[in-house]
Amino acid sequence: MSSINQYIDLYNQYRHRIEAAAPAALNALRPAAMAALEGKRMPAKGDENYEISDLEAMYAPDYGINIDRLNVIADTDEPFRCDVPNLSTNLYYIVNDMHRGSNQAKLPDGVIVTSLRDADATGIINKHYGKIAPIDNPQVALNTLLVQDGTLVYVPAGVIVDKPIQLVNLLRAEGALMTNRRVLIVVEAGAQVKMLVCDHTQSIDTDFLNTQVVEAYVGEGATFDLYDLEEASEKTCRISSTWIRQEAGSNVLINGITLTNGTTRNDFHIDINGQHAETRLSGMAIASGRQLVDNHTFIGHNASYCHSNEMFKYVLDDEAVGAFTGKILVSPDCPRTEAYQSNRNICASPRAKMYTKPQLEIYTDDVKCGHGATVGQLDQDAMFYMQTRGISCQEARTLLMQAFMSDIIDSVRLEALRDRLRHLVEKRFAGTLAQCRSCSVAQSCHTKIKKK
Amino acid sequence: MTAMLEINDLHARIEGKEILKGINLTVNAGEVHAIMGPNGSGKSTLASVLAGNPAFTVTGGSVTFKGKDLLTLSPEDRSHEGLFLSFQYPVEIPGVSMVNFMRAAINEKRKYYGQEPLGASDFLKLMREKRAVVELDNKLASRSVNEGFSGGEKKRNEIFQMAMLEPCLSILDETDSGLDIDALRTVAGGVNKLKTDNNATIVITHYQRLLDYIKPDFVHVLYKGRIVKTGGPELALVLEDKGYDWIKQEFDGTKGE
Repeated sequence: MSSINQYIDLYNQYRHRIEAAAPAALNALRPAAMAALEGKRMPAKGDENYEISDLEAMYAPDYGINIDRLNVIADTDEPFRCDVPNLSTNLYYIVNDMHRGSNQAKLPDGVIVTSLRDADATGIINKHYGKIAPIDNPQVALNTLLVQDGTLVYVPAGVIVDKPIQLVNLLRAEGALMTNRRVLIVVEAGAQVKMLVCDHTQSIDTDFLNTQVVEAYVGEGATFDLYDLEEASEKTCRISSTWIRQEAGSNVLINGITLTNGTTRNDFHIDINGQHAETRLSGMAIASGRQLVDNHTFIGHNASYCHSNEMFKYVLDDEAVGAFTGKILVSPDCPRTEAYQSNRNICASPRAKMYTKPQLEIYTDDVKCGHGATVGQLDQDAMFYMQTRGISCQEARTLLMQAFMSDIIDSVRLEALRDRLRHLVEKRFAGTLAQCRSCSVAQSCHTKIKKK
Repeated sequence: MTAMLEINDLHARIEGKEILKGINLTVNAGEVHAIMGPNGSGKSTLASVLAGNPAFTVTGGSVTFKGKDLLTLSPEDRSHEGLFLSFQYPVEIPGVSMVNFMRAAINEKRKYYGQEPLGASDFLKLMREKRAVVELDNKLASRSVNEGFSGGEKKRNEIFQMAMLEPCLSILDETDSGLDIDALRTVAGGVNKLKTDNNATIVITHYQRLLDYIKPDFVHVLYKGRIVKTGGPELALVLEDKGYDWIKQEFDGTKGE
């Protein structure tokens, strides 16, 4: 029996309550989602594109869902304040899957960051919601069927948002909980915005299934950065998919970072639909224990003269499992495409496993494309060299792993975040990164204040 | 006075092949020893084994360094105790800056001796001071360890690290290889500046050339995993003149091989 059925039953039984606590725009797509799910099952381990991730098993447990949108959480803003000049952001909280707003954000005129329930934004939401993420994808369909809230980020044409927009997603519950989050991002022509999205599990003893669908429309000549940072607990299951549509001349940078997690499946799907667009898709995963990180990526070149550059790196320790699938598709009639993909991995322990599947499909002549994938161990010569200089084995490992990730960190186009990330990665490798009882991005800001 | 280094009947192998077949060598403070020998005689293996390279297995004998059993120490503890190996082929470590690398090295040594880590300004001052010993360019110090360094720059960098760590016993493995005559003079000059009555040096080389700059007190010839001849500096001159064939004949002859 498919794990989808319990959600269909739940929907049928509580449809009115679910819809009563959700905006019309979200309710409008539920019938289509229902139709897409009927008779289907979730991809299981071994299905094409799901060789490592078992979505069937991830969705199978009986989690609770807060369908009545009960606000059981006390005010959360205070402990996570991260208002320091060197990582100054317009900060918003999403607790479980409820957008909670911000009391300190100062956005340029016309820029909107709000809940998908916000009636004032209905026009924009109706225009873009569900237009980029395909409903025939079962993860998207299930999220669409159950989602009740989320965040809209709207940057009107020509507006440059200097201060990054940060969404902090907090998972906090006593009993097992499924959260369904939606993020809709519209960056109109010529606009520029950088976003940092951080996932944190606060209740580390609770089982969570955290589903997320991100849709982003990036208009002509617009620039959009998205840094998606996961610092979740071992008991958190994350199923996230990010769908990007790029118009001509746009510039997009996506960086998916898994610092700590339980079981994670991330999909990044980018369609480049206009000429002269640039895309940089990077990611890193640091996994230990029995963590699993599966990044599944797709970049579709559907227009000529576009450049894409993709790089994912993994460091796996203990019995961690990593998987990477990267497909680049160059559609017919897209000359002068340049597309590069690289996936490099280190298995730092003999029991760690990495699965990698680079794919290139090219239907146009006159393109430059390349891909490469490697799985290896830490460089033993470098280890010995460092040890002969008195650097301990542990410290040498940390330095090498940190060095391995340096180009992913360097690709971050936000200096303060780059520095913070370098610090977090160092702590992660040194084993001193606390398992997300709080926002460590914010925490390290606090340490900095105290020192001054 | 006890010797700084006492090697006794040392045997070592790699991948099942015995390379060192009974090395005996004593090095006292203030001495410079040259180890010469034809290719494949075990010179670099001896250096690697002394530094603790895990690729080699010691199958017999003992090594005492400053009264301690060297072979039971980890490579990092050998470094902390004052052993330094200048690599024949220094390793490139992309992404690890020279500054971070040296800071980690210095501070781990300080930790070993129960000292506080060196402050940032003191550390940079020390870097500056020691860089001057081998005229190492500041630009190199800010790059990744050995990455994109020329052959000469890599060797200078080795001696720079030696200056930073102030070892009691330095083993220079083919430090002259890949150096032009000016670089050789600079590197050898650096080694000489660091020499005191309290430290010692083992110079491993193919050629007498380096020994014009770093004057040895003893010259040993290593052949087939054993030291087969020991003499003063004049032995190096004989080798330069006559090659190794006469030693091979002498040794293989008496062994009946």
